Amino acid sequence: MSLIDAKNLTVRLDGHEILTNVSIRIEAGEIVTILGPNGSGKSTLLRTLLRILPVAEGEVTQAKNLRVGYVPQRLAVDRSMPMTVRRFLSLPLWVGDADAAAALRQVGVPEVTEQQLTELSGGQFQRVLLARALLARPQLLMLDEPTQGLDQPGKTAFYRLIKEIRRETGAAVLMISHDLHAVMAASDRVIYLNGHICCEGTPQIVSTAPEYHALFGFGLQETLALYRHAHDNGHTELVHHNHAEHGHA
Amino acid sequence: MLNDFLIRASLAGVGLSLATGSLGSFVVWRRMAYFGDATAHAAILGIALALATDLPIGTGTLAVALTMAVTVSTLATRGWAMDITLGVLAHSALAIGLVAVSFISEARTDLQTYLFGDILAVSQGDLGFIWGGAVLVLGLLVWRWQPLLTSTLNTDLAYASGLNPNREQLVLTLALATVVAVALKVVGALLIGAMLIIPAAAARGVARNPEGMAILATLIGAGATLAGLQLSLWQNTPGGPSIITVATGFFVLSASLGKMRRR
Repeated sequence: MSLIDAKNLTVRLDGHEILTNVSIRIEAGEIVTILGPNGSGKSTLLRTLLRILPVAEGEVTQAKNLRVGYVPQRLAVDRSMPMTVRRFLSLPLWVGDADAAAALRQVGVPEVTEQQLTELSGGQFQRVLLARALLARPQLLMLDEPTQGLDQPGKTAFYRLIKEIRRETGAAVLMISHDLHAVMAASDRVIYLNGHICCEGTPQIVSTAPEYHALFGFGLQETLALYRHAHDNGHTELVHHNHAEHGHA
Repeated sequence: MLNDFLIRASLAGVGLSLATGSLGSFVVWRRMAYFGDATAHAAILGIALALATDLPIGTGTLAVALTMAVTVSTLATRGWAMDITLGVLAHSALAIGLVAVSFISEARTDLQTYLFGDILAVSQGDLGFIWGGAVLVLGLLVWRWQPLLTSTLNTDLAYASGLNPNREQLVLTLALATVVAVALKVVGALLIGAMLIIPAAAARGVARNPEGMAILATLIGAGATLAGLQLSLWQNTPGGPSIITVATGFFVLSASLGKMRRR
């Protein structure tokens, strides 16, 4: 059974339709990346799958007792609540000191244990969020732009870590990212989202889709060559949705 | 021993602190100060209702405070302009309550008691009500502690962990209404909000973790009660306001300590 099976989701926020007829399924152990321009509904999709946001149409089915480790894009911590990193890792389930230390070591910030959450830098906080997510022993990790605030070597190390976690724990990963090359290297499947799913497939297939090149701005020659190649293998037809109808290049 | 009014007063204040320390911390973390005021002020209306219908005061205040707390909580989830709405509710509840009380002759004479409490006149029966309510609230908060903290820190993280933040909000709403009913005799409708917020705010200056802050707020609340009662006896000042005055002293001390430490 799939970890998450969402069918024909339409989501409206404040009267605006953010997602239209989106279907997505996450299977155990796969790494799926969502790409798309700003405002394309990527975070909204993640939050809908977590049942934070209500759907206008369609339905989200989660596997029974699904354990999710969620790393939001931003987490505003109110200064009124004192909270050390160590204490934060024990929310909502108490974890032992050894497990907490191991998780922080795994994500590369073993030194912050006794610091207040509000004292952390952006990159440190992002890693602490990941450590907390891992401590839930998740079957599915959901990461919303987890590498923001990291430098290039940091990003590369991060994707290596994600693959390592998948290998060790068997957890599936659904993430939003802009780091093209790392995404291509670390993902089993890529979904290109822009209000609806424009195309999806293996990184190789999606990388040849025209939307993708509009987003990342590759040379035209290269785009055409790859696109032709994609059409040759006959796969893009299956996954390519009607983007013309939605009025974008 | 319970015959001594001062001992009963001390026990009443310490009992109340057991609930207000933790609940007050949540009020501070969730920025529910106005929420607390609106609910507390509604208690005056509850008194009028109880006197008019011959219900016990405790039942009347609990019923009206609960109605107000649920109303405010519901409006909050609908995303109304909370600041203004709560301001309107808090002050109008007080005004309407006072108007209603003025129609009841036996209540008019006791008006000051309802507004500022009458801790030195706490009876053994009152003590039972105060301790019963306070222990109930503390038990509820301890039981839901981890989910409450998670939803308070971030509702998205709570949802992702399979929790329902709306249910936790309801827990706090119930606790708040109970505390209002319990605190009325001790500090009065006008100062319940102060008893919730000031000890917690004082504890914030020095605490490193949520539990530390809640426990410290409880101790500060209890300490302020005992010292405030002494002040009240010594200078013949009103009990409730004396307690809050001492608590404010703790807040100033803690704020200065915090500032020195950051330097």
